[in-house]
Amino acid sequence: MYSFAYHRASGVEDALQRLSADPAAKLIAGGMTLLPVMKHRMAAPSLLVDIGALKDLRGITLQGDVLTVGAAMRHREIAEDALVVQSVAALAQCARSIGDPQVRSRGTLGGAIANNDPAADFPAAVLGLKGVVVTDRRSIADGAYFLDMYTTALEEGEIVTAVRFCKPVRAAYEKFPNPASGYAMAGVFVAEFDEAGSKQVRVAVTGAAPFVFRWTDAERALSQAFSVQSLATLELPAQGLNSDLHASAAYRAHLVRVMAMRAVAQLTGETV
Amino acid sequence: MNIELVVNGQPRVALVEENTLLVDLLREQFGLTGSHVGCDTSQCGCCTVHVNGQAVKACTMLAVQADGCDVLTVEGLTPAGSGQTLHPVQQAFSTCHGLQCGFCTPGMIMATVDLLKHCPQPNDEQIREGLSGNLCRCTGYLNIVEAVKVAAQTMRGQP
Repeated sequence: MYSFAYHRASGVEDALQRLSADPAAKLIAGGMTLLPVMKHRMAAPSLLVDIGALKDLRGITLQGDVLTVGAAMRHREIAEDALVVQSVAALAQCARSIGDPQVRSRGTLGGAIANNDPAADFPAAVLGLKGVVVTDRRSIADGAYFLDMYTTALEEGEIVTAVRFCKPVRAAYEKFPNPASGYAMAGVFVAEFDEAGSKQVRVAVTGAAPFVFRWTDAERALSQAFSVQSLATLELPAQGLNSDLHASAAYRAHLVRVMAMRAVAQLTGETV
Repeated sequence: MNIELVVNGQPRVALVEENTLLVDLLREQFGLTGSHVGCDTSQCGCCTVHVNGQAVKACTMLAVQADGCDVLTVEGLTPAGSGQTLHPVQQAFSTCHGLQCGFCTPGMIMATVDLLKHCPQPNDEQIREGLSGNLCRCTGYLNIVEAVKVAAQTMRGQP
């Protein structure tokens, strides 16, 4: 790693000031992506502003049907939190599927979605649960946050403070992890909501394309009939999906359907 | 930068560069060479230590991030003067021969201690998931899993 200065922020305001005073400064929370990137010398920030332990960024609350999770909550904390397990178990399930136990002890929700790795798990949960991303200056509406590979609606120096998830009627997350890295080659978050008496389904897909997206054909099919059978004949077009040494676009398209079927099967008790 | 932390129950101070990794602080300044650097890319888990009670990879944490923290390394599992020579997990790895070359063992043991804290009676799948952040290049996983089971039994007070 190149050398850099380090500052543990005393609050969000303090962090914002440090960032605006130094354009080459970067935020760090868990550092599970940033530190490896810095070791590879692919990033060379002049200053790391540590927001990993800020009180304002911590905590998990449930108000009505909205579960708010602080940006500095660690994957492990989210996976083990009684309120999360009780109200939105699929979010805990998603958190538990990330990396390995040691990584989950450090990595944070805010860091994961700020980085927006195409194969990260949390983006699927955020989009699948109609997540609103709250920052130091605004709330970014459902569907408006993830813009492209490693690209989000965040402005320069903007800090994610929390995510507000909608509590679904039921939801599940299934992923096909790369056997070496554990990253999703395809991860599918399926959630069913009750909208004024009618059932509405979200299907959010990560790992398969440059960034998380909704598989709307599957959403329509599942809204009509929530069963594995509804997905059996659907085909996700492979065009635009990622193709690399781990999996071709066509194989990823296949994986997405299988993961979606498994997620539905988790909820209906069907077999796949 | 000056930092203060507790390592294996002892308050310590250190002067570190901001880019010093926690594992390098532990090994090079404090002489705690039980935490190994296998990959330096947060994959192998040989550098696993506990920070504030949770297993982390010390190669992917800055020493300055541990300022004010409580750090436990494999050397601290049996504190001096405790009368213990081996922690039950260490004893189980020895009894079951849960090691071949031994390089990954300190990390395996630290991950196991964390696993058994919140999952005192793990099944095979839970053990393998709990140790999924640790690699054994000798591939001695069968005996490692066995060692975790034996350690769990001992720690629950069962024969």
